[in-house]
Amino acid sequence: MNQLDKFKTEQIESFQGEGFMVTKFSEAIGLARANSLWPLPFATSCCGIEFMSTMGPNYDLARFGSERLSFSPRQADMLMVMGTISKKMGPILKKVYEQMAEPRWVIAVGACASSGGIFDTYSVLQGIDRVIPVDVYVPGCPPRPEQIIEGVIKIQELSKSESIRRREMPEYKRLLETYNID
Amino acid sequence: MPNHEEVLNELKAQFGDKIQNSKLDIDTLIVDVESGDAVYDILNYLKTNSALKLDFLTTLCGLHFPNQTGEELGVMYQVKNLISGYSLRLKSYFPISNPKIKSVTSLFPSANWMERQEYDFYGIEFEGHPDLRRILNEDDMDYFPMRKEYRLEDATRDDKEDKYFGR
Repeated sequence: MNQLDKFKTEQIESFQGEGFMVTKFSEAIGLARANSLWPLPFATSCCGIEFMSTMGPNYDLARFGSERLSFSPRQADMLMVMGTISKKMGPILKKVYEQMAEPRWVIAVGACASSGGIFDTYSVLQGIDRVIPVDVYVPGCPPRPEQIIEGVIKIQELSKSESIRRREMPEYKRLLETYNID
Repeated sequence: MPNHEEVLNELKAQFGDKIQNSKLDIDTLIVDVESGDAVYDILNYLKTNSALKLDFLTTLCGLHFPNQTGEELGVMYQVKNLISGYSLRLKSYFPISNPKIKSVTSLFPSANWMERQEYDFYGIEFEGHPDLRRILNEDDMDYFPMRKEYRLEDATRDDKEDKYFGR
């Protein structure tokens, strides 16, 4: 499949003729971003095991352009928090998020990352959205790999539809302000 | 393997009033001892005694019994001889208003982190510990979560109101 056919199958808004295609810059960038999201796995427990299966050949997250895991936050696009985050871990998670460059997205995978899950106790953070903003929540305890893939596809949709300069939007700035992140 | 009665009699002969109660529980001798320096002295004796040689500290943990007035908090020590397999438990209680006991870190270096953990969870101050600060919980925590006056649940969680469940 050549690049032009790929653009056609993605059904982005474009004007096409013989041997050329014209589209908006934002559409092309959105498409490029959506199909090369580098995940940063922040795996602390059993949801991380499901993620390993998601990355493995059976489910193969690489099919969706997330071939390369980035273990450096500076090169990652998508922070995947999988597992229980204790209160002591909270500031570390926030530091990892702060080190990521814009555009950046966050998926909370599983009940613990989303809400604390069964760990309603003094030592566990009751959902990572208490320290960092979250784009997509994946329910389940733990979720199946299909669910994690659906979460990633939701992030792809976000990255296609959002403004390519999300960081300059006033809503986004306000959101980060509520988390004391600049 | 030493006999429980012999061990108890030896401890009583050596330490007299410092030994308060004792009982046998699932083939382990449990001895209640006076608070203060007594535990340190007894553990030192048990470790250096050539017949017993209880020189391995299996575990150490904090205790909280809110109804025992004047003896609310305590520490349990379990020591073992790895050759004969004989093990012994010591318990020492003290009031919650003055939760202090002598550290055994100089006898057993492994007690260092265990004592820090009991300080973290129960607020027991081990006197003579080289570095007594929290080990598992975040440093700015302002209470001792395993004490029974505190709820186990997280106080900041707000999705457990009955209205969400139709109760």
